[in-house]
Amino acid sequence: MTTTSSEQHAVPFWRDERYLQVLAQILVVAIIAGTLYYLANNLVTALAAQNIPIGFDFLRLTAGFDIGESSIAYSRASTNAQALLVGVLNTLRVSFLGIIFSTILGAIVGVARLSNNWLVNKLAGIYVEILRNIPLLVFLIFLYSAAFVKLPRITEALELPGPIYLTNRGFFVPWAEPGDGWSTYRWVLWVGLLVAIVVAWVLRRQGQRTGRMPLILLWAPLAFVVVALLGWFIVPGQPLVSSIPVLEGRNFTGGNGLTPEFMAVLLGLVVYTSAFIAEVVRAGIQAVSKGQREAATALGLSGFQTLRLVILPQAQRVIIPPLTSQYLNLTKNSSLAVAAGYPDVYAIGRTIQNQSGRSIEIIALMMIVYLAFSLGTSLFMNWYNKRIRLVER
Amino acid sequence: MVRKSFIMLALLLVLALTLAACGQATTPAPAPAPEQPAVSEPAQVAGNTLATIKARGKLICGVNQAVPGFGFLQSDGSFAGFDIDFCKALSAAIFGDPNMVEYRPLTASERFTTLQAGEIDVLIRNTTWTLTRDTELGGNFVHTTFYDGQGIQVPVDSGINSITELGGTAICVQQGTTTELNLADQMAAVGVQYTPVVFETADETVNAYLEGRCDAWTTDMSGIVARQSIFPDPTAHKILPEVLSKEPLGPMVRHGDDQWFDIVQWTVFATFQAEEFGITSQNIDTFMSTENPNIRQMLGLEGEMGVKLGLSNDWAYNIVKLVGNYAEIFNRNLGPDTPLGLARGLNASWVDGGLLYAPPIR
Repeated sequence: MTTTSSEQHAVPFWRDERYLQVLAQILVVAIIAGTLYYLANNLVTALAAQNIPIGFDFLRLTAGFDIGESSIAYSRASTNAQALLVGVLNTLRVSFLGIIFSTILGAIVGVARLSNNWLVNKLAGIYVEILRNIPLLVFLIFLYSAAFVKLPRITEALELPGPIYLTNRGFFVPWAEPGDGWSTYRWVLWVGLLVAIVVAWVLRRQGQRTGRMPLILLWAPLAFVVVALLGWFIVPGQPLVSSIPVLEGRNFTGGNGLTPEFMAVLLGLVVYTSAFIAEVVRAGIQAVSKGQREAATALGLSGFQTLRLVILPQAQRVIIPPLTSQYLNLTKNSSLAVAAGYPDVYAIGRTIQNQSGRSIEIIALMMIVYLAFSLGTSLFMNWYNKRIRLVER
Repeated sequence: MVRKSFIMLALLLVLALTLAACGQATTPAPAPAPEQPAVSEPAQVAGNTLATIKARGKLICGVNQAVPGFGFLQSDGSFAGFDIDFCKALSAAIFGDPNMVEYRPLTASERFTTLQAGEIDVLIRNTTWTLTRDTELGGNFVHTTFYDGQGIQVPVDSGINSITELGGTAICVQQGTTTELNLADQMAAVGVQYTPVVFETADETVNAYLEGRCDAWTTDMSGIVARQSIFPDPTAHKILPEVLSKEPLGPMVRHGDDQWFDIVQWTVFATFQAEEFGITSQNIDTFMSTENPNIRQMLGLEGEMGVKLGLSNDWAYNIVKLVGNYAEIFNRNLGPDTPLGLARGLNASWVDGGLLYAPPIR
């Protein structure tokens, strides 16, 4: 009556925990895969029923619309793929600058929140509490339509020394443009970069040997500046010529201009994210035990030395992981740029979607773009985090 | 952590490849569909718009809410305008009541997706008829209800008198419109450099123009005039003489339901035809005893015209009686007695030298 197999297994397989664990996992995977298949199939069937083609061929077609700001050559005759690339670069530009500036501002505010100076401390506290509690979209719309667009009209531009012109068409600043000596001078700059890297490497080796780490972040850039200055006088001709903005007709020519759309988005992202980063920095510094600071003081280290050699290296380990998620937030939040009319990848994607009617493909592409940005950022930050991690022996 | 990111990146790659593969795999699929006899599959999916509307008890009409005269949300919460009246005409033709309509206000960039997805039955939202839109967006344009052209508006004190003088200017334009494309085309044609500043909604676009962010803004002539009527100082702005494009505006329905297409089309024609016959909502009852066979067929006194459309035979009577003929709809919303004060121009009946011409209702 009973088979041999059931005699071998004291417990039937449906009550054997080992089998059940595997079975449960297979079941979950099957359910997820089935759901995804059902949704994808549903989409394809529904679109086929309405005679809407699916495909990425439209990327090769002429875009047909102009874009206000672009860092690569672009005209209405470019393809949709190029238009999308302009958007990707615009998003990268605002996110990259945003990450740098929000880190600097956030670190300053974070340290200020721990200041013994009552006023500095309270001001930093108010900054954080107000800015991180206003929704970013509201803040961006406020910045754009209540601040930047309300600046003087272009004919009544506000002139600052420089000359810098502030108008609601943008900020126009003097800029350096390549002169006749630029082609030679370019190589001087590369040499300077090389020298700076060598200096950093030598100082680092020296620090490891003697146990006294020099200020690499001070000396290496200084080496670059010295080489650059020397080159300036040696290289014949003018390496760079200054270009001053001048109002000509209805617009400024010369110099460099930043549009109010770009500035509203950048400022909004920087200020909003810096409030969060300030809290991350504060938490990281406070996580270093009081004894460390006391020990550093007992060894005779100055306040700055204590911060640089004792507190920050340890605080870093606590700061980096939450800082990474703030960077990811900033990158993803940059899609709100559409509210201020800045042509980021989302805004341009929407335009292409409307002109070509390819909603599904465009949305999928935009999701892939943001996912790639975020995974790239987190890959870098995780690598850095691993490098500075406390090695326990 | 690093390994996890690598796995995620790999997954991303797989996703990208799958999408690309999907694209390739399914591209050929839609191609044979139009060759298949009649409306095999779409008919089952979408062939029952009329039945759906009747079962639901109301028509869902995708409209504009921000263009006075065409589609505008009034302060009392009701919609009014030229496009809105065509929604009412459809409702009158189907239900014998112009108010069985649910209005769905849409932005320019979401209107087609909404129609494709079946969220609305018909899109009547000052939408320009173009080949790309007619073929690739899963919809069909029915017939032009308003012949428009694109214009550019500048402040009077700007000293600009022609589009060739727009060099170096910033021009505000709304995202996802044909005007965005026409502007790029025309400026390239005359070789003028400009900077487009693109906004998602009409309100943002106009606001940026009024604040001086742009030297000019552009949209359909009718849209400019409509907006200008609610500017703080309408006399301080002027429209440049050049007409940048042809903008035939009209209703759009989903692909695959020919009966519903016919109903919308003949509702539009009924308003044209009524004007041609001189039938208005005021005098229509005096025509009920007419001997003219053409009028008798239109008003359902003879023949079975309404039944052929899947409606009742008094469909055209209801449209004219409850909403009005084309002239009444035009004058009520856009005509000389309104703030817009538009002339009929191309939008006159063919007997008066315009473009409105309805095929015979017989």
